[in-house]
Amino acid sequence: MAFLEYAPAPESASILNLKAQYGLFIDGEFVDGGGEVFDTISPATEQVIARIAQADAHDVDRAVAAARRAYETVWSRMSGSDRGKYLFRIARLVQERARELAVAESLDNGKPIRETRDVDVPLVAAWFFYYAGWADKLEYAGVGPNPRALGVAAQVIPWNFPLLMLAWKIAPALAAGNTVVIKPAETTSLTAMLFAEILQQADLPKGVVNIVTGPGATGQALVTHDDVNKVAFTGSTNVGRMIARQVAGTQKRLTLELGGKAANIVFDDAAMDQAVEGIVNGIFFNQGHVCCAGSRLLVQENVHDEVVERLKQRLSTLRLGDPLDKNTDIGAINSAAQLERIRTLSDTGEGEGAERWTADCRIPDKGFWFAPTIFTKVSAAHTIAREEIFGPVLSVLTFRTPAEAIAKANNTPYGLSAGIWTEKGSRMLALVDQLKAGVVWANTFNRFDPASPFGGYKESGYGREGGRHGLAAYLEASGWDAPAGLGSASAPAALVTAPAATKPAAKPAKKSTRKGTAK
Amino acid sequence: MTITPAAGLQPAERAVRLLGADLTETALRRHLEGLSGVDAVGLEQRAAGLATRSIKTSSKAWALDTIIRTCDLTTLEGADTPGKVRSLVAKAVTPDASDPTTPSVAAVCVYGDMVPYAVEALGSRHGDPEKGLVSVAAVATAFPSGRASLAIKLADTREAVAAGADEIDMVIDRGAFLAGSYGLVFDQIVAVKEACRRADGTYAHLKVILETGELVTYDNVRRASWLAILAGADFIKTSTGKVSPAATLPVTLLMLEVIRDWHRLTGEKVGMKPAGGIRASKDAVRYLVTVAETVGEEWLTPHLWRFGASSLVNDVLLQRQKMRTGHYSGPDYVTVD
Repeated sequence: MAFLEYAPAPESASILNLKAQYGLFIDGEFVDGGGEVFDTISPATEQVIARIAQADAHDVDRAVAAARRAYETVWSRMSGSDRGKYLFRIARLVQERARELAVAESLDNGKPIRETRDVDVPLVAAWFFYYAGWADKLEYAGVGPNPRALGVAAQVIPWNFPLLMLAWKIAPALAAGNTVVIKPAETTSLTAMLFAEILQQADLPKGVVNIVTGPGATGQALVTHDDVNKVAFTGSTNVGRMIARQVAGTQKRLTLELGGKAANIVFDDAAMDQAVEGIVNGIFFNQGHVCCAGSRLLVQENVHDEVVERLKQRLSTLRLGDPLDKNTDIGAINSAAQLERIRTLSDTGEGEGAERWTADCRIPDKGFWFAPTIFTKVSAAHTIAREEIFGPVLSVLTFRTPAEAIAKANNTPYGLSAGIWTEKGSRMLALVDQLKAGVVWANTFNRFDPASPFGGYKESGYGREGGRHGLAAYLEASGWDAPAGLGSASAPAALVTAPAATKPAAKPAKKSTRKGTAK
Repeated sequence: MTITPAAGLQPAERAVRLLGADLTETALRRHLEGLSGVDAVGLEQRAAGLATRSIKTSSKAWALDTIIRTCDLTTLEGADTPGKVRSLVAKAVTPDASDPTTPSVAAVCVYGDMVPYAVEALGSRHGDPEKGLVSVAAVATAFPSGRASLAIKLADTREAVAAGADEIDMVIDRGAFLAGSYGLVFDQIVAVKEACRRADGTYAHLKVILETGELVTYDNVRRASWLAILAGADFIKTSTGKVSPAATLPVTLLMLEVIRDWHRLTGEKVGMKPAGGIRASKDAVRYLVTVAETVGEEWLTPHLWRFGASSLVNDVLLQRQKMRTGHYSGPDYVTVD
């Protein structure tokens, strides 16, 4: 056996202690759902991992009512510093159970353990740590003195980063003082269920976070519910558009984080080896199931052949296979439906005259797989240069001048992210200003940090997640203009609870809650 | 700025092929300065990614043997004696007396005046490491600083070759490189290469030490690697082991990328030797992974890949014993030298 084949190095799934069936998480308890129970499968083997309850409209009602109750009686009255303690506690529990969460995520989603272990789960903890720090500093969030929470937030998240998107949604909402009803994607509910267990471990007051599982209909019941104050959605542009229509005319605040067709622009003076790495990371990270993926490579025409040759050579070293193997680079496509979409769009690309190249890798017999693919001779008019494929497929286009690069990069209905590769700092700074994208990476790609706001222009949605901006999306100005530093929305309660800070941190909830309600 | 006539350089074959017969310092400088830059963050990120590969069971067994087979077992101390060199040779030939399946190392690496003792001690086991024999490598050219006249560097080299050294590990003049005198560095490498010529017309293999810890930036390392290859290096080598930092994974990755680019351009295979600071098997395996995924696993052979190390072999032997017996022994179950 050749050395490069590397003997199998699977992460053991025995660390998981999964239940055969998971209920909905409402008011701090796992409860049965009114809808039909469904299977969640491993996309790498098509085997059933667990059964998941389905929430119907009545369950959504119960969940929203629990969230409302928790908001009115506990969470909105708790001091920011006490809310922060819960978030810190959740962050630490995520770290303690990191390996378990990573294995569960790889199993359920199909993404490689290398990514869940080194990217997803560490970022989840980072998100909670970051927003935990914000919880008692809301007056600096940029919405004026003494900002107020919105109330109950309805959140719907996608399947590409199941636990990370959950953290992006829940952490800022709770830090700002909102309560939450969240719906994970139908194919990836598992880690949300483990997260519910973590919330129980953390002794989070019941009803502050409620998790309802099910298909799109469950999500629709949630976002259209009368008693929610805020809707946050991450997913496809089509669904986002539908939600925007349904929310229009109501008091609900809305943030949407939708699709993208990011341009990754490579100039001839780029650090070439690192640019090639960045291109690979930009489109083949997480099997290309990334809304901000660098799916359009814009390469300066005079280095096109060199870049493509290096790219092909690099792709030949990517390892596709068992997501739980620690050496796997490319895991499974999340679902049969998504695989079908990637295939259809790739065939369209070939039909329209683009040249297809696919890395030579062994495809397992079972499961959903798509080998890393590059299309060259793509022009801006081709479908694969316009539509989001959401898979490991890269379209290569060329440009001649910086102006042309900008024109082509911006020539998309989307505007989520972009990348620039050049060793020339002045050019980089000049171009960043002209790119219509919410995130522009310079000499890197797909880097995330909780302190950095993330979100899109145009059909990529509106609102920002992460950083101070992400916090502001869950706050409104109160109009109550108290001297600075006297606390947040529940300022009078905060005054009462101020001494609680000196009490042992181990049980912040019980003490502070009682004091809070004594107001 | 005044224009001075471009100084001519020694017509090293590779440089002539790439830069033209009328080889000048200006042409060399333009070429080196035109190389693509290195993004430090990206390079280190890639190296860190390669370091996460998990090498188990049969792959690990192969890797451990390959580390021994490609190791230059080294002693470079002022206190070196014929006796020390003899025991180093014994260790090189039989790294683990308790297990006859253990391969011998690729070479012993000593100062030039110790070459005769190494050759004598090796006896019939002296020869090509590709055939299971052990080579003698000598550091030369006023190692480790390189601060001596060219005449002394060349005499140093010739003496080691005449004494039977199969490989010469030379140092570049880092001062000249940092001062921008690329032509001087180039000419010296070409001259040392010529000094590696034996009476029968064959050449001792030339490893060119860049001392990357003194070049500091990755851009410098790329230029120096390219320069050394153009001047005729058979191997490029990171460090003397006398300067910290010595070999690191990102620097080795970068030098391997240059070797890969040279191979793509010319079809020629240049060797790579990281040296200094690699002590644990686990780290060494990461280097093998980096070689295999950057230039290809055909590079993992003594003619194209070496570790310069003194204590690494013992850690590998402990790992090997563990794989054989299922339990760890301890430092007293391998020999000190």
